[in-house]
Amino acid sequence: MIKLFKISGVWIAAVIVMLFLPIIFSSGYAHSMLGLMGVMVIFSLAYNMMLGQGGMLSFGHAVYLGLAGYFTIHFLQMMEAGTIGYFPISLLPLFGGLVGLFFGILIGFVSTRRAGTIFAMISLGFVEMMTVMAFLLISFFNGEEGIQGDRMLGPEPFGITYGPAIQVYYLIGVWTLIAMLAMYFITKTPFGRMSNAVRDNPERAQFVGYNTQRVRWMAFSLSSFFAGLAGALFALHFEHIGYESAGAWLSGEVLFATYIGGVSTFLGPIVGGILFIFLKSTLSELSNVWHLYLGGIFLLTVVYAPTGLAGLVLMHEPIWKVDFKLLRRMVLPYLGALVAILIATAGIVGYIELINFVSDEYSTGTAINFLGINVEAHSIMSWVVFAILTIIGFGLCKVIFPVVSRNWNDILETAKERLLQ
Amino acid sequence: MTAALELKDLRKSFGPTEIIRGIDLKVEKGELHAIIGPNGAGKSTLYNLISGMYKVSTGTIRLHGKNITDKEPYEINRMGLSRSFQVSNIFPKMSVFENVRNGLLFHTGCKYAFWKLVDRRKDVTARTSEILQSIGLYEKREVPVLLLPYADVRALEIGITIAGGADVILLDEPTSGMSRSETERAVDLIRLIAKDKTVVVVEHDMGVVFDLAQRISVLVYGEIIASDLPENIRSSQRVQEAYLGADA
Repeated sequence: MIKLFKISGVWIAAVIVMLFLPIIFSSGYAHSMLGLMGVMVIFSLAYNMMLGQGGMLSFGHAVYLGLAGYFTIHFLQMMEAGTIGYFPISLLPLFGGLVGLFFGILIGFVSTRRAGTIFAMISLGFVEMMTVMAFLLISFFNGEEGIQGDRMLGPEPFGITYGPAIQVYYLIGVWTLIAMLAMYFITKTPFGRMSNAVRDNPERAQFVGYNTQRVRWMAFSLSSFFAGLAGALFALHFEHIGYESAGAWLSGEVLFATYIGGVSTFLGPIVGGILFIFLKSTLSELSNVWHLYLGGIFLLTVVYAPTGLAGLVLMHEPIWKVDFKLLRRMVLPYLGALVAILIATAGIVGYIELINFVSDEYSTGTAINFLGINVEAHSIMSWVVFAILTIIGFGLCKVIFPVVSRNWNDILETAKERLLQ
Repeated sequence: MTAALELKDLRKSFGPTEIIRGIDLKVEKGELHAIIGPNGAGKSTLYNLISGMYKVSTGTIRLHGKNITDKEPYEINRMGLSRSFQVSNIFPKMSVFENVRNGLLFHTGCKYAFWKLVDRRKDVTARTSEILQSIGLYEKREVPVLLLPYADVRALEIGITIAGGADVILLDEPTSGMSRSETERAVDLIRLIAKDKTVVVVEHDMGVVFDLAQRISVLVYGEIIASDLPENIRSSQRVQEAYLGADA
C-alpha cells in the first residue's frame, strides 16, 4: 500500500507540475515551448519502447509521428470543408495514434523480422522512402511546403477554442499524462516484461514459448501508436506538418533526446524530451552553430555517460537507499568537477564562436558577445584568454576527476559493507 | 503407447560434414533417460535439433506422436518440450524471480497481453514461488542474477526450463562445473523433476548417470551405438571399447 502511494505520489506531482508550469512561465513563447516538451516526452517514451525496452535501434521513427501529423491536418481540412462531420479536436490525438498504429503494424511486419543492425538499416530505408513520397505524392504531402490546417473549428465546449497557446498546452499536457501512464503500465504487463526479455536474450525467450519476432512487432506497433499520438499533437501545435517532421531529421532528434535522457529507465526519455526541447530553443537563440553544441553533448553522453542523465542520477540510488548522508562526501568533488567542466567548456565555446565569427561573411562589427562580455574577435588577447581558459579547465579536470572517482568508490564500498552487515 | 520422444533416422550435416548420422531413439513416457558420449559426439547438436534450434537435414522427430521436425523452437516449447543449456542461458538484467516467471508466462495464458498487470496474476506469482522453492532459490528471489554464485545460476537454468510445465525436459549437462555437494543437490532436483515428467539428460559425470538414469544411450560420432538399461551398458563390450574404454 505504501509502495502504491509512493508511486501514485510521483504521478500526482507530475499533474501538479503540468498544471502550474504555464502559470509560472506565462509568456506565449514559454507556453509553446512547454507544449513542444510534452510532445517530445511522448515521442521519446514511445521511441524508448523500442530502443530501451525492446532493444531496437530505429533511425526512422518520425515516419509514424509524421504520417499521423499529415492525416490529422487532412482531417482538419476536411472538417473545415465540411466533407466530413465534426469530431472533437481534443480527441484527435487518438485518431493520430490509430494512424501510427496502422502504419506501425504494416511496416513493423517487414522490419521486425530481423533485429540488430539489419533492423536499423531497414528503418533507414523506410524513412528515406517516406521523404521521397513527400515529394512524389504532392496531392497528399505537398512536397517541401507541407500542409496546414486550422485547429479552431466547430463548437467551443467550455469556451475551449484552441486559439491561445495555453489551451493547446493543456491539451498536450493531459495527453502527455495519459500517454505516460499508459506506457508505464505497459512495462508492467506480460508483454512489457517479455519485451525486455527478448531484448536481453532472444534465444532463451524462444525456448520459453515466445515468438521473438511477434514480441518485437508488437513493441514496434505500440510504439508507433504513441508516436502517432504525439504526431497529432505536433500537428495541432504547429497547425502545419512538413516532410522534415516525418523524415530523418526528427528521427535523429528523438534518438538524441531519448539517449541523453537515458534509455535504461522509464524516467530517462521524459528527462530527455524536456531537456532536448529546452536545449534546442535556448542554444538556437544564443548561437548560430548550436547544432555543433548539440552534437558535442550527444557525443559526450555516448562516450562518458551511456546511461544518460537519468542514469547518472539513478546511479546514486543504491547509496541513498543505504544512507543518504554518505552522499555528502560527493558534494565538494562534484562542485569542483562542475567548475572545471564549465571553465573548459567556456574556453572551447569561446574558440568555436571566435572561429565562427571570423569565418562567417555575414558577421557584423568586430566583437562577439560572450556571456554579456564584448570580446574583440581580431585582438590576439581574446584568443589567448580562451586558450588559457581551456588549458586551466582541462588541467582542473585532470586533478579533480580522480578525486571524484576515489570518493565514489569509497562510499560505494561503505554502502556495500553496510548492506551486507 | 506412443513414446514421449521418438527420433527416426535423424541426420544433420553442416556443409559436407555429417555430424548426426542417422539416429533412432525412443524415450518412453515418464522415463529418465541419459545420453552419454565422448566430446564432439554430437550431443549438443542432437539437443539443438530436437528443440528446433537447428533445422534437421533428414529424418523425423516426434513428440508424443506428433511430428515436430520442422517446427520453430517456440512452437515445440508450447507443445510440451523444454530444454536447458550447457552454458547458462538466462535473462541477465533481471532478478531471479523474474527469470523463473519468464519461463511460465506464456504457459499460464499471459502470452502477449499488454492490457493487464503481470503482478496482479496471483496464480503466476504463486507458481513462480513454488518453482523457486523446488530449486532452492526462494530466499534469493530478489537478487539480480548477475550476482548469483555459479551453482545457483545452474539451478536457475533448470528452474526456467521446468517453469512452463512442459512434460518432456531435456537437460544439457546440468552438473557441469559443480562441486560434489552441489552435484548432489542437482541430482536430487533432477529426481524430483523426473517424478512426473519425462527427462532426458546429457551428462559427463558417469557417477551421476549410472545413479540417475533408467536407460542410457551412448552416442559416438553421431550414431547411437547402444540404448539399454544401465547395467547392460556397463557390461557391454561395444560401449567399453568405443567410449568407456578410452578412460577406463
